[in-house]
Amino acid sequence: MSGGSNMFMYSLSIVQPSAVTQAILGSFSGKKQQEIVVAQGSRLCLLRPDASQGKVHEVLTHDVFGIIRSMAAFRLAGSSKDYIIIGTDSGRITILEYQPNLNKFNRLHLETFGKSGSRRVIPGQYLACDPKGRACLIASIEKNKLVYVLNRNAQAELTISSPLEAHRPHCLVFSLVALDVGYENPLFAALEVDYGESDQDPTGQAYEEIEKMLVYYELDLGLNHVVRKWSDPVDRTANMLFQVPGGADGPSGVLVCAEDCIYYRHVGQAAWRVPIPRRKGATEDPNRKRVIVAGVMHKMRGAFFFLLQSEDGDLFKVTLDYEDQGVQRIRIKYFDTVPIATSLCILKSGFLFVASETGNRHFYQFEKLGDDDEETEFNSDDFSSDPLDSYQPIYFIPRPPENLSLVEAIPSMNPLVDCKVVNLTDEDAPQIYTVCGAGGRSTFRILKHGLETTEIVASELPGVPTAVWTTKLTNEDEYDAYIILSFTNGTLVLSIGETVEEVTDTGFLSSAPTLAVQQLGDDGLLQVHPKGIRHIHHDKRVNEWPAPQHRTIVAATTNSRQVAVALSSGEIVYFEMDSDGQLAEYEEKKEMTGTVTCLSLGDVPEGRLRSSFLAVGCDDSTVRILSLEPDSTLESKSVQALTSAPSALQIMSMPDSASETSKSSTLYLHIGLYSGVYLRTVLDTVTGELTDTRTRFLGPKPVKISQVVAQGQPSVLALSSRPWLGYTDHRGQYMLTPLTYAPLEWGWTFSSEQCPEGMVGIQGQNLRIFTIEKLTDNLQQEMIPLTYTPRKFSKHPLFPIFYTIEADANTLSPETKKILWDKTNPNQEMQLHDPQEFGYPRVDGHWASCISVVDPLAKEVLQKIEMTENEAACSIAIAPFTSQDDQHFLCIGTSKNLTFTPRSHDGGFIHVYSFSEDGRSLEFIHKTKTDEPPLALLPFQGRLLAGAGKTLRIYDLGMKQLLRKAQAEVAPNLIMGLQTQGSRIIVSDIQESITYCVYKHADNKIIPFADDTIPRWTTATTMLDYETVAGGDKFGNLWITRCPKKASEESDEDPAGGHLLHERAYLQGTPNRLELMCHFYTQDIPTSIQKAQLVAGGRETIVWSGLQGTVGLMVPFVSREDVDFFRDLEGHMRNEDPPLAGRDHLAYRSYYVPVKGIVDGDLCERFSLLSRDKKQMIAGELDRSVREVERKIADMRSRVAY
Amino acid sequence: MADKLRATQQLEQLQARYVGTGHADTTKFEWTSNLHRDTYSSYIGHPPLLEYMALGTGTPMAKLKTALIEKMIQPVGKPPERED
Repeated sequence: MSGGSNMFMYSLSIVQPSAVTQAILGSFSGKKQQEIVVAQGSRLCLLRPDASQGKVHEVLTHDVFGIIRSMAAFRLAGSSKDYIIIGTDSGRITILEYQPNLNKFNRLHLETFGKSGSRRVIPGQYLACDPKGRACLIASIEKNKLVYVLNRNAQAELTISSPLEAHRPHCLVFSLVALDVGYENPLFAALEVDYGESDQDPTGQAYEEIEKMLVYYELDLGLNHVVRKWSDPVDRTANMLFQVPGGADGPSGVLVCAEDCIYYRHVGQAAWRVPIPRRKGATEDPNRKRVIVAGVMHKMRGAFFFLLQSEDGDLFKVTLDYEDQGVQRIRIKYFDTVPIATSLCILKSGFLFVASETGNRHFYQFEKLGDDDEETEFNSDDFSSDPLDSYQPIYFIPRPPENLSLVEAIPSMNPLVDCKVVNLTDEDAPQIYTVCGAGGRSTFRILKHGLETTEIVASELPGVPTAVWTTKLTNEDEYDAYIILSFTNGTLVLSIGETVEEVTDTGFLSSAPTLAVQQLGDDGLLQVHPKGIRHIHHDKRVNEWPAPQHRTIVAATTNSRQVAVALSSGEIVYFEMDSDGQLAEYEEKKEMTGTVTCLSLGDVPEGRLRSSFLAVGCDDSTVRILSLEPDSTLESKSVQALTSAPSALQIMSMPDSASETSKSSTLYLHIGLYSGVYLRTVLDTVTGELTDTRTRFLGPKPVKISQVVAQGQPSVLALSSRPWLGYTDHRGQYMLTPLTYAPLEWGWTFSSEQCPEGMVGIQGQNLRIFTIEKLTDNLQQEMIPLTYTPRKFSKHPLFPIFYTIEADANTLSPETKKILWDKTNPNQEMQLHDPQEFGYPRVDGHWASCISVVDPLAKEVLQKIEMTENEAACSIAIAPFTSQDDQHFLCIGTSKNLTFTPRSHDGGFIHVYSFSEDGRSLEFIHKTKTDEPPLALLPFQGRLLAGAGKTLRIYDLGMKQLLRKAQAEVAPNLIMGLQTQGSRIIVSDIQESITYCVYKHADNKIIPFADDTIPRWTTATTMLDYETVAGGDKFGNLWITRCPKKASEESDEDPAGGHLLHERAYLQGTPNRLELMCHFYTQDIPTSIQKAQLVAGGRETIVWSGLQGTVGLMVPFVSREDVDFFRDLEGHMRNEDPPLAGRDHLAYRSYYVPVKGIVDGDLCERFSLLSRDKKQMIAGELDRSVREVERKIADMRSRVAY
Repeated sequence: MADKLRATQQLEQLQARYVGTGHADTTKFEWTSNLHRDTYSSYIGHPPLLEYMALGTGTPMAKLKTALIEKMIQPVGKPPERED
């Protein structure tokens, strides 16, 4: 037993983190096409840009269970494939290759060099690769640098040497790049500061005189030794280096970016400097200096240029004029403005990938390269290269993009600041509402479970059709030729071509409804109608089989060689195509016990003459499998009893990760019931037995099922009150996801030249044709733009309206902007750049902040209230006040003149607003000053609870201001959050975890009675029950703590609290300590945590959101058996699928505190990606079959989430 | 005596390899400087933490990272006067 804990959770992520630490470009598949590898949290993700469509496809995501800090791509000389080196927190260097045929990353080398963890002197923070792929340098922030020589052996395999040290104590590295020196000895350049002397000098003079050095490290390939070749002081403010092409392509050397200036430096060459142009405008501070935050160098046809990005997001094109003697000048000019990036990648196909620091990642196409435009170009001739010389700053005016055009915005919720799960649309499953983004690119997002669909056609029909089919004309046809619509009294045939038109000479019977349509044999067509079967030959000859007298056909199923129909009398008639292409009736009819509701044959397997099974659904709630083999035709093979009568059946084969042979598919029987339940069972190809039934409730309407193709794989379209798609996802698991589309009554596959993988459906009187573009994203995001960086949000308790508080530090408020504007442009309307593209004008010490009223259903911001006098909103609560007849008021906590490091402020305020128009509008009532900014507000027993600094106060609403009713000092540092149930208040401190307090009404006292043993820098908490709190901290941990039963009971015993007040403090804290129940390291910082139910009929789970855009779950285990099973499985997975980057999984999940009571579901779900042997081995150890293990894993997810 | 010598040598080796390993005469200045330098490098080495601070202060991550390394040069002010 794990320390007596009896709480066990299963951790799952439903949205991956989307914050990009770094993006690198290369030909990782070894083909000509360039691909992008991005590090997103602990995930390594391969993106494949599609130049023809202007889209970026996610090909592979791999969780490495470690912190990816740096990446580099390199290519051995003469090779066409790029390898990936990653620097993580594992204390090891990892070299990966991408295997396109298996779609996975394969680890080639893993070399240990130090302790694990993100440490100051353990390399991993910086990584640079020689452009010729001969060596790489991996460095830490301080002291350590290791050089690995990369080579290949006789078998053309990549080899890595033992490390060569280039350590230097007391040396801090700011930036590190490899120089391009052609085939001379590899050179690396670092920006360094040596603090050794300043640490010894009490006068502080050495500190003042510290110089920042540009240092060259040379790897002598002959001597196998690294030397510090050259060092030279550069600008003290330098922060970034860029490689300048060398060898045959350029002058070599580096660009040194510093505050306000860019220098060119190289050993033995003259230095050059050019300032970074500053923005010009009424609201811009002319003295504000910019730094370069990102950049990219691009080589093309003998020329090269740089795109460097300033902290405003402005891109500057930097070019160098050079001759044989070296560089002559630097030229710089404004290019365009894009979101601030962590990495920029220029593709050879003419695209720019911007891995934005916040918000959506952007994919741009180059329209031109800014070669001949009006933009002023500045060059280094006018500026001295000495950093100490003064110079005239240069300016430019930002303008809308001219050189770049946005082709795709890849959704990203990073940074996700707050999240709520609520059902506002009365759908069967709730939606996830989030506020995310920063600055002008902030958004309010609505996440709905579903696959994105693209509608191609929606047209109204003359009547209401009951069914629709498409068919080819011959077996060889690639695309469908006809759309056949069945109405209650007839059939309509449309031809698919340039236009869709009605055709009449097809041989189809138009006077009766249709039950099935099939392209039969080589070139025949088949129509089943209630009175018979029509076989239409290619020469329009028709063979008709009439139904027996007084009987009609009620159900039919067909494939290219077989037909089975069910008659109203309960008989089944079976036909098979004979050798001359005629349908031959099998002489015996099979009598079923009840009325047949549905039939399915399934496709003829490749290389076979017939499908061996017929599935028959009867109204006595059974499905029977009949054999179609010649020696046992129509003999019953197996029966499955159901909970309701089946409404649809479909036999089809689908890829299956648990199948006996790897990479093959399994035959499934999909069953839809009248009750709205969908079942999928495995149909044994030999015995016809039905095994491994999985059930899912789709909606209250009878389920219809059809076979479709999505993204090249066979899928199931299941229609109930919503359309659903069953497909195999990238983890190899079968997923059932609703489509974000209108409810359909009938669906069928559709394929034409314009739309090879479409679906056609009927919705009321409309015919709709649509496709599914992506199977990787099963949550759809909708966005509402916000004004500033959101901080928190709250929902009105009665109405579907959200209130967000937004604040941006060091940003001008509209008030100040207006003043500045009027100074330079009196009597003119203020016209400023769109903050979504250009950001806000920034000045230190200023705050811009507002409250927005958001209507998530109409997707608009209804009202915006800007804060004035340098106040910034920091907390929000909607509180009913008993003194005002329980009327709700919106309370906003603000801080005034807040600055950080060191923290200072001029107090805070609590603003009170009343609601009008059903919460759609706010009216200011009054504001109350507090000595510290109230960072936490909470409605409490008809009053307002506010945490300001260390004190907790209870306020009541007065006429002129809030009235203080009670207060107590309960937190050691700063109250960050509050939770309550009954009289209990949970106070979270910025640094010292949580404290349980009780409010004694009789005494009007707040008394802390239990606190924690570990300092947790709490960011989010929620009460799971009266004793238990789940929370997250700033270092990326999730934890659950519980108050001892005795302490909890004692706190509520005494109504006056005299006993509690006088209880002896224990170790300078409260009298009682909390017990830790669960602990788990997530890497991402939890920003919200709550109990919620995510799917219809699912259980409640803990839903948490992380800053980097993660949405995760903690699912409580139901039975002890499951706990043991999953802990065993996790243990086996740790051994059989060790993390890619070499971090030990157990150590990673125990980063700060040993993991407790939580099983990592993300690791367990990797089971389906293992090789067949490993699966079998693990399943054997667990005493189960592979299929059972996969089913258990899939159930864990599908029971509670998607 | 040989044991003691070996122990000292081992300690010296540790101190050389792992910056910040303490010894009997570690001063408060050395200790706190170390602590702060470790802290700042940890902020940089954990991307979510860096982003958290960048978001709060409204600074780009690259700029904040430079500022944090800059702080590592002299994190707790000037060293005290040596008493000898």
